[in-house]
Amino acid sequence: MDAFTIHAGVVAPMDRPNVDTDLIIPKQFLKSIKRSGFGPNLFDELRYLDEGKPDSDNSHRPLNPEFPLNAPRYQGASILLARENFGCGSSREHAPWALVDYGFRCVIAPSFADIFRSNCFKNGLLPIELSSDQVSELFDAMYTTEGFSLTIDLEQQCIRRTDGDDIAFDVDGFRRDCLLNGLDDIGITLKSADAIKRFEEQHRQRAPWVFDLLEV
Amino acid sequence: MGKTLYDKLWDAHLVEQREDGTALIYIDRQLLHEVTSPQAFEGLRIAGRQPWRLSANIAVPDHNVSTLAAERAAGLSALTDEVSRIQLQTLDDNCADFQIPEIPLDDVRQGIVHVMGPEQGATLPGMTIVCGDSHTSTHGALGALAHGIGTSEVEHVLATGCLIQRKMKNMRVRVDGVLGAGVTAKDVALAIIGVIGTAGGTGHAIEFAGSAIRGLTMEGRMTLCNMAIEAGARAGLIAVDDVTLAYIKDKRYAPQGDQWQQAEDWWRSLESDADAHFDTDIALRADSIEPQVTWGTSPEMVTSIGGRVPTLEEMSNDSERRSLERALDYMGLEPGMSIADIRPDVIFIGSCTNSRIEDMRAAAAIVAGKRIASSIKQALVVPGSGVVKAQAEREGLDKIFIDAGMEWREPGCSMCLAMNADKLAPGERCASTSNRNFEGRQGFGGRTHLVSPAMAAAAAVAGHFVDVRAIEGQA
Repeated sequence: MDAFTIHAGVVAPMDRPNVDTDLIIPKQFLKSIKRSGFGPNLFDELRYLDEGKPDSDNSHRPLNPEFPLNAPRYQGASILLARENFGCGSSREHAPWALVDYGFRCVIAPSFADIFRSNCFKNGLLPIELSSDQVSELFDAMYTTEGFSLTIDLEQQCIRRTDGDDIAFDVDGFRRDCLLNGLDDIGITLKSADAIKRFEEQHRQRAPWVFDLLEV
Repeated sequence: MGKTLYDKLWDAHLVEQREDGTALIYIDRQLLHEVTSPQAFEGLRIAGRQPWRLSANIAVPDHNVSTLAAERAAGLSALTDEVSRIQLQTLDDNCADFQIPEIPLDDVRQGIVHVMGPEQGATLPGMTIVCGDSHTSTHGALGALAHGIGTSEVEHVLATGCLIQRKMKNMRVRVDGVLGAGVTAKDVALAIIGVIGTAGGTGHAIEFAGSAIRGLTMEGRMTLCNMAIEAGARAGLIAVDDVTLAYIKDKRYAPQGDQWQQAEDWWRSLESDADAHFDTDIALRADSIEPQVTWGTSPEMVTSIGGRVPTLEEMSNDSERRSLERALDYMGLEPGMSIADIRPDVIFIGSCTNSRIEDMRAAAAIVAGKRIASSIKQALVVPGSGVVKAQAEREGLDKIFIDAGMEWREPGCSMCLAMNADKLAPGERCASTSNRNFEGRQGFGGRTHLVSPAMAAAAAVAGHFVDVRAIEGQA
């Protein structure tokens, strides 16, 4: 995973509440057995006017002119500004894979669904929760300023603005360390291998059936 | 102070509590399927890692499989969708390479992972259960801590036997009283979501309690816990009781003999203590719950069968008005119209929410001796597993559906998420027993109304939504 320390980028809007992971990456693209290549189909049903297929040549599909990510002013955006309950629904990690593959490194919203938030951290995508008022104010600033950009400083837990006061944000300490250092969860957990084995011995006494192989 | 059921399950699986507030939680069972596992196995391969404990895992193909008997009979190599075939073949190959037990596509036990697990006793009370699928909350109905995870976490559980977690908050939803005739667990789930919203349970494990919950069958309890994620909660839970134990007894992978007694002794303690603390407590009266129908593009956009689609004037702010406008535009509905005037084109009875034997029976009871309305283009009945299918056929339910003009299919996730060929065409409207009415969920431009199996069957016969309680033989 790429480390996340400081990131500066253009901000783009996803201005509706309850954006579900089906909307972020529709099911037909989940047939892939890879982790990459989902970016061209991010928000597929909003972004294009026709139905996307896994083998479509996206460069020849009709774009929805009303979808913000298709507007010239948001090209190259790497920070997504969103509303409440972003990432609800399906647990598909393809959603953060698609956001990252498109070029996003950070999503700012008043709230996130639990599984989506957890999936973001595993992929170097920083979910930042701010109050609804703070998010609304950022939406206003973004809509009125073409090329509106922010700098995210994870170490200082601070969003830097050129047009106003910096905004402090909270982030889970463990997740912050993993992002700052690009650490792999599995490597961290395997350092506790002895503790896991000790737990298993005691757990086997209480629930031995858990340890029987499920022979098919 | 006493412990909640969730507290007890958490404590029983706590390997390590860390100073930063995270914890290492031991995972008893991981369910694997073809869609969210290939990248996890690939990760193991790249890092040169082996599964921590083979006995934790069981795999089954479900999301992407054909539900057509002829296509299934011809085997995996004959699957017409090449991309799907590769994904299914990859699951077989990965399970063979890593020696993970897999129920193959042509086995009678194959089915939707959340139907197969409890049915085989692969998921049991007291367990921690994960799967790369958000509807893993289903298994909480057994008195287990079960929730969906992403693919990185699937790889993490494969490699370490554990998950890094933060403890969730405790929420209790009590439903007391007696449910009316024709009112099902699905209606209870949708009614709860209507009250607390799709983010109401975010950050919480929800325990469902109260006399109406105790009165549900295991199938009904699974339907309810399945929908916990639609209320934002990763995990739904119901305490163990006689109903739970009777369901599990003699399941293939359930403990036998002396181990059963040991298991029962522990499992009977899996309930919240009387003085346990819940961070959030919600109560509903069972007799106030009516058959539910969603009208919008989020499960919280729901009302009862006697209700109407909301109007813009009823919304309290601009954000709500915009959401309503967008939903009604997508759904092709008018503000204020009666739910009973909505006319589905397609009927889907199936999914991990409602494809168990009880669901099949409820739908069959409505359509028995009748024909579906001529306006219905397609009515699919997709049993949740080969076991459900065989049982339904022993009871003659397949003939009832077929005689009514419905299609009786092979088990799989099917039109719930439309990864296979079972999907809505743009603009088509579906009465569906699945769990999500999101835009495009059942097919590009498709429109979904979530209902119970009985309500879907009743809509199939009438050609529009109708109160199942008014149908002869019900209530």
